Amino acid sequence: MLKINGINKGIVIDHITAGLGHKIFKELNLDKAEYTTALIKNVPSNKLGKKDLIKIDNVVDLNLDVLGLIDPNLTITIIEDEQIVDKIKLSLPKKVTGILKCKNPRCISSIEEIDDITFTLVDEKKKEYKCEYCDTRNSL
Amino acid sequence: MLKGKHLLEPTDLSLQELEDIFNLADSIIKNPKAYLDCCKGRLLATLFYEPSTRTRFSFEAAMLRLGGQVIGFSEPNSSSVSKGETISDTIRTIACYADIAVMRHPKEGAPRLASKYSNIPVINAGDGGHQHPTQTLTDLLTIRSLKQNISNHVIGICGDLKFGRTAHSLVKALSRYKSMTFIFISPPELKIPDYIIDEVKGHQLIQTSSLEEVIPQLDILYMTRIQRERFFNEEEYLRLKGYFVLDNKKLSLAKKDMIILHPLPRVDEIAKEVDTDKRAVYFKQARYGMYVRMALILKLLGDDTCVKN
Repeated sequence: MLKINGINKGIVIDHITAGLGHKIFKELNLDKAEYTTALIKNVPSNKLGKKDLIKIDNVVDLNLDVLGLIDPNLTITIIEDEQIVDKIKLSLPKKVTGILKCKNPRCISSIEEIDDITFTLVDEKKKEYKCEYCDTRNSL
Repeated sequence: MLKGKHLLEPTDLSLQELEDIFNLADSIIKNPKAYLDCCKGRLLATLFYEPSTRTRFSFEAAMLRLGGQVIGFSEPNSSSVSKGETISDTIRTIACYADIAVMRHPKEGAPRLASKYSNIPVINAGDGGHQHPTQTLTDLLTIRSLKQNISNHVIGICGDLKFGRTAHSLVKALSRYKSMTFIFISPPELKIPDYIIDEVKGHQLIQTSSLEEVIPQLDILYMTRIQRERFFNEEEYLRLKGYFVLDNKKLSLAKKDMIILHPLPRVDEIAKEVDTDKRAVYFKQARYGMYVRMALILKLLGDDTCVKN
C-alpha cells in the first residue's frame, strides 16, 4: 500500500466518500496551497470499502460549511505534536452563505449576480436548503 | 414602530403591527379628507419591471390621496434597466430621489435584493410567483371588515396555487391567526408548494381538485386566476385555464354569508353572472386595497400621526 508519512501538526480529513476527495481538495483551494498537502484516493476502508483521505501539513482555517455540504460523513482530525487534539464529525450546517446556488429559474439570483445568498436547512434527511430570496427548496 | 421598515412578505409585520395598519385604514375610510396632506412633500417611486395596472394605480392613488407625489416606470424598457443596470444600482439611485419605493418584478426575491441596498422603505408589490404582501393586507382588511374578524374561518383558496403569489402570501399571513381551516382547491399540476404547506402546520388542511365538493363548508372563497405569464409552456396554460369556473350554479351550494374574494384581474374563473350576488365582494376589495396602502405608506414613512384622533 502507498505510504504517506504522518504529520507533526496539521489536519487530516478522513472517511471521505471515495471519489469526493478531489472535489474537497479543490474547494479548499489546496491545489494552490504552498504548504505540503496530500490527497490519497481509494484507500481500503473497513467501514466504507474504500475512501479518500486528505492530509494537510499545516494548521489552516477550514471552512467547515463547505465540507459538510460536500460530504457530511467525513471526519476531521486536528493534530498537534503528532497527537490528536480534536476530532470533528461534520453534519449539515443550519445556514450557509455564499456556497450554494439556487436552482429555481424564477429566482432573482438566476439573472443578477449574487455571491452571498444564504440558504437555510429545512429538511436534514432530504438534504434540502431554502433560498433566502425565493424560498425554493434546493436539494444538495 | 414601522417607520423605515421594508415590507417584503406578510410575516415582516407582527400581528400587532397589522392591527395598527388596519385600525389606521379604518380611520382613513371614515374620514379620508383628514389625511389629504399627510404626505405633502413626499415622493413614492414605483419600480414596475412587469406590467401592472391595478397594483400600480392602487399605490399611486394611495400616495396622491395622501398629498404626496409619484415617480417611476411601468415597464423596464423605459428605464436604465434596459441598459443592463442591476437592481442594487437602480435602488441606490432611486433612494437618492424618493422617500419610499414600491417594486414589482417577474423574478422571485427581487425586492429582497433591493431592500439590502436601500436606505428607504421597499415595498414588494409582487415578485414572480412568490409573494404579494400588499394584496394580502388588502385581503385581510376585506375579511376583517366584512366578516368582523380574521380568525376562526374556513377559507377555500382556488385556482393556480403553484404560481399564485397572492395565495402564497395570504396563506402565510392567515396561518398566524387562530383556528383557521385551509382548503386548497387546484388541479394537481398547480397544487400549492411544499414550503407554503409548511406554514400551515397546526391548522386544519384539506387539498382537493373539486370546488363543488367543498364550497358548502366555506366562510371565504378566494378565487385566483391561472396566470399565462407564469407558464413556460403555452399548451399547458391553455389546458388548465378553464379548470375552475365559479358560476351561480356552484354558488347556490354555498353559505348565504360566504364572501368571494379575488385579487383581480379575473379572466373567466368567475362568471359575470356572479357579480350581482351580494357575496361577490371583489370590487369592494379593490377599494380596501387602496385604503390599506394609504395606511401602510403612512406607517412606513412615520407620517401616521399627522391626524390626531
